[in-house]
Formats: sequence, C-alpha cells, structure tokens
Amino acid sequence: MIFAVNLLMVGPNPWPSIVTLLVAAVAFGLTPLGLAWLWAVKFSPAKPGKEKNAIYECGLESPGDAWIQFKSSYYLYAIIFLIFDVEAVFLLPFAVAFTGLTLGACVAMLVFLLLLVEGLVWACQKGVLQWS
Amino acid sequence: MGNVMEQNEKSVQELKTELSKHGVFTTTFQEIYNWGRKNSVWPLTFGLACCAIEMIATTMARYDLARFGAEVFRASPRQADLIIVSGTVTKKMAPQVVRLYNQMPEPKYVIAMGACAISGGPFHSGYNVLKGIDRYIPVDVHIPGCPPRPEALISAFMTLQKKISEQQLTGEERPRHLKAELPSEFPVPEFGEHGLEPTENAEVWNPLKVLQ
Repeated sequence: MIFAVNLLMVGPNPWPSIVTLLVAAVAFGLTPLGLAWLWAVKFSPAKPGKEKNAIYECGLESPGDAWIQFKSSYYLYAIIFLIFDVEAVFLLPFAVAFTGLTLGACVAMLVFLLLLVEGLVWACQKGVLQWS
Repeated sequence: MGNVMEQNEKSVQELKTELSKHGVFTTTFQEIYNWGRKNSVWPLTFGLACCAIEMIATTMARYDLARFGAEVFRASPRQADLIIVSGTVTKKMAPQVVRLYNQMPEPKYVIAMGACAISGGPFHSGYNVLKGIDRYIPVDVHIPGCPPRPEALISAFMTLQKKISEQQLTGEERPRHLKAELPSEFPVPEFGEHGLEPTENAEVWNPLKVLQ
C-alpha cells in the first residue's frame, strides 16, 4: 500500500495510460462486432420469415403460447420434495456426527427438523399423502 | 463475356503465383471469408434412420470429423449451418425436415445421405416414403450408398467444403442466401388425404443455365 502511494506521488500521472488501456480494451471488443455488422449490411441480407421466427419445437409446430402460467397448487410437491429429499441430505451428516455435536448444534438441527415436520403436517392435513 | 471473366481470373491467378515466388502473400476478402466458413461448418444433430449410425461413427474418434471443423453438432437449428438428412424420410417426417431447414440461419447447406434420402432407396415403392428430400429443400451434396460408409460422408463433406470455398460474394453468380430477393424459406408440405401436398416444390431447383 505504501509502495503504491509512493508511486502515485513520485511517478508520472498514471491516469492517461489507464484511460488509453481502457479505450483500447473497449475498442478491441467493439471493433469485430462493428465489422461483422458492416459485413452483414454489405453482403448478407437478413431474411426473416414466419417459419424461421417460429418457436423451435424439434420441427413440429408449437401448439399454443410458450408463456403460460403454472398452477400454484404445485407448491405441495415442492414441500414434499424438500421433506423427503433435501432433508435426507442433511440428516445423514447429522446422524454421523451426532455423538460429537454440541448442544447448540443439536438444537439448531432440531429447529430445522421441526420446520420441515410442520410442512409434513400441513401436507398431511391437505390430504396429499393419501393414496386414492 | 464468360471468356473475358475467365481470362481475368487466369491473369489474377498468374499474378498471385508470381508474387508468391517473391515472398508476397496476397488474398481476397472472399477467400478469407470462405476459408473461415468452410472450416467451421456446424451440423444439426439430426438423424433419421440407419444412416444416422454411420453419421455418428463419422464424428467419433476412428473417423474424426473434427479434423474438418465440423464436430460441433448443434441441438438447435438456430446454431447450425448444415443439415445432414441421414436416412429414410417418411411422408410424415418430411414437413418436420423442411421446417427445421427453414429455421436454420443463412447460409445453410444440405447433405442428402444414403439412397433413401436421395430417392426413397429400397422403400421407393412404399406408400409412405418420400422419393428424395430434394423435392422440398435444395440439396448440395448427394451421397449414394445403403448406408454410405463414414468415408463416404467425409468425402461428401470435403465436396461441400470445396463448394463453400468457391462461392462468390458478389456478382450474379453469388449463391441464393446472398440475394435479398430470393426466399430463405421453402413451403412446408402438409399431410393430405393422399400423401403430401404439394407433392413437390418446383422452386427448389432453378433451371440449369446453359454456358456458352
């Protein structure tokens, strides 16, 4: 830090070189893009069309709009997924390290479990777990 | 007219060889452009039948299409410039093939691989097989064979590379994609009561020009 400050105070003004480098870097990126655009304007005519601009569906015609709303009732699946899949990922290391855990860590894990069990109770009440 | 142009081209070539003898390398925009394009053709991931197995083998280590810059098979027509019609095109599949071709950006090329893609092959008399994909889209290279070996596909690919490197950027001889007035889309056939409608697209192949 001291070295850098000394350089600033003693050496020449660094800003011109920084600005030059910045301009060069931006030009380095923009020049090829500009040249490609010029090339396209000069040689390659744009040819949009109905088929070409259509939604890509492996060659099939797309039925309906792609911007549709999903049913919000799918949140129940998300809850069940969290309880039975994500929770298991945390339960396994918890069980392995159980004997070496402090009281604080154990309580924290139990709170986490409680939150998920609440979700399970909620799903149970909604009747999601019943096989019909 | 043709003779004058040929003479012109010949003298240009002579000048280039003369200059190269003195260590001066000359080139044109067109040559660099085509050199770049021909060495980076991205095919569409699109297999139809048994020929597709040979196409897959061509891309693998033994035959290694990557040597020609064409190993990047794209899963979307938006990013591809070559469609290899590899196998039997049924009448039910033909509209999808044409639609995929239409959705590719210009410049785009077509290789018809195998007897089926060229003419219907062994299924030529079948009621449900298209008698050649060149009824609907312009094919650049045809490969005979049932199925063609990977070497045949590589040969077809090199033929396509040669074609690309010879394409003109300006003038009347320039390809379809550089002419603003010519369409980039071809009509997609529909599955009617007695096969595809229309049965073929007369606009695919422009009448051949007689050179004098």
